[in-house]
Amino acid sequence: MPSLKDLKNRIESVKSTRKITKAMQMVAAAKLRRAQEAAEAARPYAESMGAVLGNLARAARDSESAPRLLKGTGSDQTHLLVVMTAERGLCGGFNSSIVRLAKSRIEDLKAAGKTVKILTVGRKGREQLKREYGDLFVGHVDLSGLKNVGYDNAETIAREVLERFDAGEFDVATLFFNRFRSVISQIPTARQIIPAVVEEEEGAAAEAPRFYEYEPDEEEILARLLPQAVTSQIFSALLENAASEQGARMSAMDSATRNAGEMIDKLTILYNRSRQAAITKELIEIISGAEAL
Amino acid sequence: MADSFAFDLVAPERRLASFPAKAVQIPGAEGDFTALPDHMPLISSLRPGIVEAEGADGTRAFVVIQGFAEITPEGVTIIAERAFPREEIGRAEIEALLKEAQEKAETCPPEEKDVADKLVADIAHLLEMMV
Repeated sequence: MPSLKDLKNRIESVKSTRKITKAMQMVAAAKLRRAQEAAEAARPYAESMGAVLGNLARAARDSESAPRLLKGTGSDQTHLLVVMTAERGLCGGFNSSIVRLAKSRIEDLKAAGKTVKILTVGRKGREQLKREYGDLFVGHVDLSGLKNVGYDNAETIAREVLERFDAGEFDVATLFFNRFRSVISQIPTARQIIPAVVEEEEGAAAEAPRFYEYEPDEEEILARLLPQAVTSQIFSALLENAASEQGARMSAMDSATRNAGEMIDKLTILYNRSRQAAITKELIEIISGAEAL
Repeated sequence: MADSFAFDLVAPERRLASFPAKAVQIPGAEGDFTALPDHMPLISSLRPGIVEAEGADGTRAFVVIQGFAEITPEGVTIIAERAFPREEIGRAEIEALLKEAQEKAETCPPEEKDVADKLVADIAHLLEMMV
């Protein structure tokens, strides 16, 4: 049985842990709001970009001269997985759920005889994947020390990915990130960015494709629009990820705070019992001593 | 003919404007033009310049640096790489952008040199217009 002093120390230490987790939860809640607003503010851009690209791509897809970013390289032998995780831990299953999804994809691709290359964004994912797949790594983008993700960060990642694509290093690129649904629910998602996936619109738009005039010409516009679309997708993934990270951290810290509270209650009961037992023991000693006289 | 159509201006980080406009003046890559309602479908890339949208309560101006404009009979959507409301941006910011573009033009590979130089010239032109 631990001594009274041990118990007291233990209670104190759990109490300070609770203070820390409580503070982290509140910080995460404040950051979450900002991250969520940023993600929502960026949505119109991504949607407009998707719509314009969709229109263009449907028209250009079948032509011989379609850019490789749209049509692909004609092979799917080499895959680049862009795994986006957080720079910091203590956010529940946030990082490991992305890593788990990426790992199962790596295994599937390997089993199918494909070549896999990994580009990580965020320290945590690199640490977790490095153990098993260190030899597949081609690069890492460091975002540590960054308060809010900006469009420039997405541009940096996009440039890295596009340069490798132009150099013929891979055929297909897929992003791995957590899609933010709510504070308690983040969905690990894989999204192919190269070659561009054009969502088939249903209804009127699909029946009557619009014929646009292009200024300057179609090819030039596509050549500029496609890299921007890649950047836009990376940017929205970064923002979704940032919001998810804060959401995951908030709920993880919430339950940590609750657990600490429960532990304090249990320890306090134990402490009081042992204190009472000690008093009873002393009383018995005194009484039996007095009786023996 | 309808007398107004939808005008949207979006930048990567936020939506800057969304209102019905009577006419929108656009700095297209091959020259400025004005889009009116029922314009034929057109996709144009943009050069750095000023977008002016004439709405119900006056004209609003925006500075855009590169991007695209999608014009349909029903509306204009401008997808800008960078955009600022005219009143929020001063000469200093544009000078900073100009400097950034100049540095890029000096360091970029020769095959992209023309494009980068044109960007510098366009931003310099924009700077003159800002006075």
